[in-house]
Amino acid sequence: MPRLWIFGDDVSTDAIVPGRYAPYVTSDEELRQYAFVEARPAFAAEVRAGDVLAAGPNFGCGSSREYAAEALRRCELGAIVAPSFARIFYRNAVNLGLALFEADVRFLGEGAEVQIDPDAGRLAHAGGSVELPRPSALAREIRLAGGLVRYFREHGRFPGEVPA
Amino acid sequence: MTTQSETTLSEQILSRAAGRPVRAGELVTLRPDRVMLHDSIGPSVIRILAEDLGVERLPEPDRVAVVIDHVAPAASVQTAIKQRELRRWVESQGIERFFESGRGICHQVLIEEHLVGPGDVVVGTDSHSTTYGAVGAFGTGMGSTDVAVCLASGRTWMRVPEAIRIDVRGRFAGGTGPKDLALEIVRRLSARGGTYAALEVFGLDEHLLGSRMTVASMAIEAGAKAGLVWPGGLEDAGFAAPGWLREPAREAGYARRIEIDLADLRHSVARPGRVDDVVPIDELTAELGEVPVDVVYVGTCTNGRLDDLRTVARALAGRRVARGVRLMVVPASSQVLAEAVADGTVSTLLAAGATLGPPGCGACIGRHLGVLAPGETCVFTGNRNFSGRMGSPDARIFLASPEVAAASALAGRLAAPSRRPAPGASAPALSSL
Repeated sequence: MPRLWIFGDDVSTDAIVPGRYAPYVTSDEELRQYAFVEARPAFAAEVRAGDVLAAGPNFGCGSSREYAAEALRRCELGAIVAPSFARIFYRNAVNLGLALFEADVRFLGEGAEVQIDPDAGRLAHAGGSVELPRPSALAREIRLAGGLVRYFREHGRFPGEVPA
Repeated sequence: MTTQSETTLSEQILSRAAGRPVRAGELVTLRPDRVMLHDSIGPSVIRILAEDLGVERLPEPDRVAVVIDHVAPAASVQTAIKQRELRRWVESQGIERFFESGRGICHQVLIEEHLVGPGDVVVGTDSHSTTYGAVGAFGTGMGSTDVAVCLASGRTWMRVPEAIRIDVRGRFAGGTGPKDLALEIVRRLSARGGTYAALEVFGLDEHLLGSRMTVASMAIEAGAKAGLVWPGGLEDAGFAAPGWLREPAREAGYARRIEIDLADLRHSVARPGRVDDVVPIDELTAELGEVPVDVVYVGTCTNGRLDDLRTVARALAGRRVARGVRLMVVPASSQVLAEAVADGTVSTLLAAGATLGPPGCGACIGRHLGVLAPGETCVFTGNRNFSGRMGSPDARIFLASPEVAAASALAGRLAAPSRRPAPGASAPALSSL
């Protein structure tokens, strides 16, 4: 059963992957193992596919480095749920096909067994389930296509864009 | 005076770029006037373009500017290889606006080169692209996928942001300066108070372009998408606002308004770990006692300009930094360095014991040129003090003004400047960066 990982408020991209561990200065193949390498050293080794990350507001603040979101994508998280996201991180994560929801589910507790259905926006847990707010149509369309590159290759435009 | 606008600067600028009138909250597709890439993210943009999007030739290389600044010059074989890839790509794409390692920090260079201007939309692979707001441009940072798709298509999407209006009045007092204003804005809004929004700052018409850059660069530290300063008074610096860009009325649809009197500012620092944990130095030392300092670092896109170097040099003239303190000075650009050599600023700093780094981002991202050891304390004129930002996660970073950096270098501990006003501290030339 996938589990919940709880993080605090204002988690920065430097906490997710410090600039010193960037693919530019290390190797791209190692990126997954640098997820929270200093902020939470056990995370990369213990996180399992489908696990859900629950954080406080302003998750992903700081830099525009997409590899912070990419490291989490490679951890195969089922979703990231936070009351708010830093905007560059939000775009990056959506562009990479990650499921993001704006809600606070930290009350479920560290290590709680959860099951996310990202299409329905439902987080099931031992005591029931939480209905998550729907992301914008644009974010949903990009995620369902598997990310912005795939969407753009397929359609030649952005979601909702009217051809000139 | 022309009539004031009923729309925010962000709405006016994004309307022009979108080719239709748009208001806050709308999703728009638009053509950025300038796209900036640097060495840290450029290689991944190139990979997405070539491997995922199959783009062999950029449709509009003239809109692109490429700068090597994040690890400049290369610090390892790995970064040297990536930079070689970047140079080859620049050549293959016919990109004229390429700035080599040593030219300086991307945002400083693009403004010095007048590659951005009032009313432009600028997209960069760097969160501090908000800095372009100093000349009245809508500058915003994006990740490598967004920038790659933008380069391939000439377009990007944006949600027109709500705007937070900041009205500044009064004059700096007691030796405080633009960094204290930037820190005060982040303190007032908090690290998330500007999320999804744009900051629009008014009342800086009499202030230097460099001072505006300090403020605009730190808009992202409040989470803002852009940080615009009304470009009044920049005509002589070559940044005249286009006729269609009009000063917004105070009531023009702002989500929130903040007023700041410069005379109320005090010498402050952001405490380690949080950009918005801003406290006056006297309160901090009353609480903690003396805070010994190992490194004083002067540089970055926030405070690495000639005015900043001169401020430090004036305080250090004829004196030496305290024993046990390493003073790193990293000019924001080669132009800053050349001017600081020509006017004697560099000699003064070297005589005081400073170490001079090559123009670029330096140790701001903890990759080279002055990385911090565990337990070390740094007074930093930059913009981020997250754990591990400049090296060891067990180092402590206080964000501060150049004035506080200089006083701390002399004292060997966190210190505010003495009350004595520095000679010649006022009336710098408006055209200076």
